Amino acid sequence: MKKNSKLSGFYLGLIFVLMYLPIAVVIVFSFNESKLPVRFTGFSLKWYQQLFSDSAMIEALGNSLFLGVVSCLVSAVIGTLGAVGLSRIHWKTKGALEYISILPLMIPEIILGMVMMAFFYMLNLPFGMLTLLIGHTVFCVPYILMEVKARLAGMDPSLEEAARDLGAGPFRAFWDIILPLIMPAVMSGSLLAFAMSMDDVVISIFINGPRLSTLPIKVYTQIKTGVTPEVNALCTIMLAVTILILLIYTAIGKITGRNQKNN
Amino acid sequence: MADTCLELKNIRKSFSKDETVLKEISLSIGKGEFITLLGSSGCGKTTTLRIIAGLEMPDSGQVFLDGRDVTALPPEARDVNTVFQNYALFPHMTVADNIGYGLKLRKVPKAEIKKRVSQMLELVQLPGYEKRKPSELSGGQRQRVAIARSLINNPKVLLLDEPLGALDLQLRRIMQLELKKLQKKLGITFIYITHDQEEAINMSDRIAVMNHGTFEQIGSPDEIYNHPKTSYVATFVGNANILKGKAEELEGDKVRVSLAGGSVLAAADGNTPAKAAPVTLAVRSENIVLDESCQRGLLAEVVEKSFAGGLLRVVLKLTDGTEVIASRYGIDASVQPGQNVTCFFEPENAVLVDVEKESGAES
Repeated sequence: MKKNSKLSGFYLGLIFVLMYLPIAVVIVFSFNESKLPVRFTGFSLKWYQQLFSDSAMIEALGNSLFLGVVSCLVSAVIGTLGAVGLSRIHWKTKGALEYISILPLMIPEIILGMVMMAFFYMLNLPFGMLTLLIGHTVFCVPYILMEVKARLAGMDPSLEEAARDLGAGPFRAFWDIILPLIMPAVMSGSLLAFAMSMDDVVISIFINGPRLSTLPIKVYTQIKTGVTPEVNALCTIMLAVTILILLIYTAIGKITGRNQKNN
Repeated sequence: MADTCLELKNIRKSFSKDETVLKEISLSIGKGEFITLLGSSGCGKTTTLRIIAGLEMPDSGQVFLDGRDVTALPPEARDVNTVFQNYALFPHMTVADNIGYGLKLRKVPKAEIKKRVSQMLELVQLPGYEKRKPSELSGGQRQRVAIARSLINNPKVLLLDEPLGALDLQLRRIMQLELKKLQKKLGITFIYITHDQEEAINMSDRIAVMNHGTFEQIGSPDEIYNHPKTSYVATFVGNANILKGKAEELEGDKVRVSLAGGSVLAAADGNTPAKAAPVTLAVRSENIVLDESCQRGLLAEVVEKSFAGGLLRVVLKLTDGTEVIASRYGIDASVQPGQNVTCFFEPENAVLVDVEKESGAES
């Protein structure tokens, strides 16, 4: 038994090393003095410095943040209303409708990207921030919709009825009772969507147009011309942000879980 | 009965084509009355309540509140409040916010809300609980908060959907008394739903027994318990034995009925069944007396006997196979399974039920 558990421990360790070693290397070399990612010659923050003085990079970061925040906000509204709407209909086609509404998650990104490019071209929409916003909203909505739908399913329908019974109109009951209760789900769904928007290359590259670049596109194109420690620094920052978002997401999940248990 | 407060007229409701939940029910409820809708689950009592609250629309029929037709009004426009079965307290609000929500919607000034909330908490015996969250309360406390939240709007009618269902027996008894006291004190009409006949009898001014979407009988607890009109009411409320026989002749205010294993006298209660007409008698088990000397009453065989809390329960089988249960304190415990005995009951304890149904079946 003991030998066995030692072996499985070793196996697990091996998997973790294989998975996370490359990431660790990137992090370590982002602090490397030397330009060559071969030997660690000394601790330095100069690549970070260089990164932040790279105006093209900063512009791309700004684009990505704007894109992520706006598409998340728009999707939060669409996804939440969609989930609330879905929870109220009792049509025979409800199952199909629910499936269709989360389909963008399952369609391969490359197809989505191509389809969107063709569609926007057909509509004569100039490629740029607007097309990116529309594109990102399309694949952000399902994340929020799914989270909110799950939260609504676990919610006692008599809560809304109680609010109506006490004198609240339908809109007021939604605002006072339902919205605060599904807010954690809206938040966690939005965070997930934001993370997806922040690192999307495939769809964005089809619809970003010639002049506009997002951070992932920038990184992607730079890597093709050779990895610089600057990219390492950028990756480290993005990783840190992702982990932070993930932590917030879990924290929200935990709080929500606790609340739901108490009801 | 005082003035009519709430009136249901020919309410019909079905959720699917094959199942009618409510079949044209009508009910008139007086001001300050405590009325209980009693019935097993699925009898339509909750649907009735939801229609009164406006949470469900009837397919046809009308609801009148203080003489005004409110059938088409949404729940927020009705002077009716509900205590939900699972309390439905808003989990993200404090006790004070929960109770004060109705007033907040009416734009009552904050200071006034605060004052009324603490009065309400006083009334339901939870003073000082304003800042708590519902999750920090026990079941009984949540119940009180739910009641306070519904009462603060001063509704014309308070609807209570099995409000004590989730509480333990002891707490139920206490809450029953408290609710009744509260209702007397405030003079608000209470419509109370339960499947517990004891609770209904303890608390109500009137009981409406529901079965399959109709009212089997509406009357005072005494009428329902001692003078059931149908065999369903007799068995559901009084756990009565149902005996089917034929009317023989009227003997003053009593009627002689021939049953399997003999004939008995039953109180006619104003009924005059024709000779040889089928009649159904309901006799509660505590009124059935055994005679080991086999001289009086109906011939029967003892099938089983058991004790339950000082109460002897004897299962008998009449000659036609009808099962009769006799249970009373101080019953002669010497009978044994397999023994032949006779059983009898005083005529006033035998009630003619299903009279309308049977005369209807004949004509």
